[in-house]
Amino acid sequence: MTRWNGDLRQSDITPKSVWLGRRQVLAGMGFAGMAALLPRGAQAEELVPNSFEEITNYNNFYEFGPDKTDPARHAGALRTVPWAVVIDGLVDRPGTYDLGDVIASGPIEERIYRLRCVEGWSMIIPWQGFELGHLLRRVGVQPAARHVRFETLVRPDEMPGQRRGLLDWPYVEGLRLDEAMHPLTLLATGLYDQPMPNQNGAPLRLVVPWKYGFKSIKSIVRITLQAEQPVNTWQAMNAREYGYYANVNPNVSHPRWSQATERPIGGGIFATRRDTVLFNGYGDQVAALYAGMDLARDY
Amino acid sequence: MSVTAPLNAALRRVPIWLLYILAVIPPVWLFVQGLNGRLGVDPVKAMEHQMGLWGLQILIAVLAITPLRTHLGINAIRFRRALGLIGFFYIVLHLLVWLVLDVQIPRQILGDIYKRPYITIGMAALVLMVPLALTSNNLALRKLGPHRWRRLHRATYVILLLGAVHYVMVVRGWQLQPLIYLALVVILLLLRVIPPPKRRLA
Repeated sequence: MTRWNGDLRQSDITPKSVWLGRRQVLAGMGFAGMAALLPRGAQAEELVPNSFEEITNYNNFYEFGPDKTDPARHAGALRTVPWAVVIDGLVDRPGTYDLGDVIASGPIEERIYRLRCVEGWSMIIPWQGFELGHLLRRVGVQPAARHVRFETLVRPDEMPGQRRGLLDWPYVEGLRLDEAMHPLTLLATGLYDQPMPNQNGAPLRLVVPWKYGFKSIKSIVRITLQAEQPVNTWQAMNAREYGYYANVNPNVSHPRWSQATERPIGGGIFATRRDTVLFNGYGDQVAALYAGMDLARDY
Repeated sequence: MSVTAPLNAALRRVPIWLLYILAVIPPVWLFVQGLNGRLGVDPVKAMEHQMGLWGLQILIAVLAITPLRTHLGINAIRFRRALGLIGFFYIVLHLLVWLVLDVQIPRQILGDIYKRPYITIGMAALVLMVPLALTSNNLALRKLGPHRWRRLHRATYVILLLGAVHYVMVVRGWQLQPLIYLALVVILLLLRVIPPPKRRLA
């Protein structure tokens, strides 16, 4: 399976005129037409991206509020210029890096990934970004480093969710070093041909397609290399429900949601569920990272 | 003449069948909006959540009827049966959206009811509502007798608590709005225990 890698070219990306119009076309066709256009199997295999409107109006970004529509409503107030990322811990060249400098770490590529939320829905998103590994190699990871810890911006003036005690701010996520260095792991800077919309985690966010969406931390301001495993925000909030690994796994049920199936977003009210695939379908590339591990225990 | 007299007189003139007619409009409107792609990116969740919220709101109104009378002298008791049935009907639709449009797969539905506490609690509330809905008619009231009927319908208190707790648990983390609903239910229950203020005679 090579759905992630370099053989996706510019020509594979849906042109802007098409994706802007897709939703209207579907709405006009009604349910029968929609079903004909997006049969269950075909959607899974071809990874037809969701529309820009869907991707930017259905977000979990609690910094802007708990509802899926809160980020689109409130994220306009977020200022992303200037933006700097602190890179520290067990690295050879720690420091505060300007965003432009961070982005210059590697070639910007288009990657069409399925995003599977722990809540049991999924979307197909055409990201732009570069491999996190390029950045990490550039700053020089020291041999003692085992994990990468990420932090989201804290700016309650611009992020209304942070004025409420929804979560402990800043939002923190982490990856084991080998997960972070994996070529699938992306630092995303945009989607479709647009710079990253604020509600999707502007200007720089993580994308780890084989893990539940909450691992893909948004609006990153700090990246720390460290020996010990960091405690990610949702794990700190409820360790029984959210683990550190959070690999997509239909066989490991979450206390709140069965993970056996998922609802693809964008199919209207009669859309059928699809079966969730281990590692979100990226098992060929990433299963080796977890050889010998008990995925039910390290969920 | 008390200040509530004109209000009570106006309430007496509202025909009860009007409530049933009006109650059909919101769910139908919601479904049509969903069909036409006007409920946002995830219309299934929008319908599911909206029906649950409307149901809870109407059932809270049912719970408010007694304290409104005892504490404020507003008499809306003749609407209580209709509101209770409409609330039940909305919660049944909430369940149907979840069953048919959301979870879809029978094996997974059973697993959810059994394994997920917030769903277990919601289902318990719904199951408890069934005998109340079935006895919300004059024949059942006569057959049971007012004493037994009233005792049975005190299950409403448990149902509302379960419903509000279901809402608190269904959201991720502690969120304000569900807690406000739960507080409202608790206050309306406490008002049944707290003696009403003595009303002055005009």
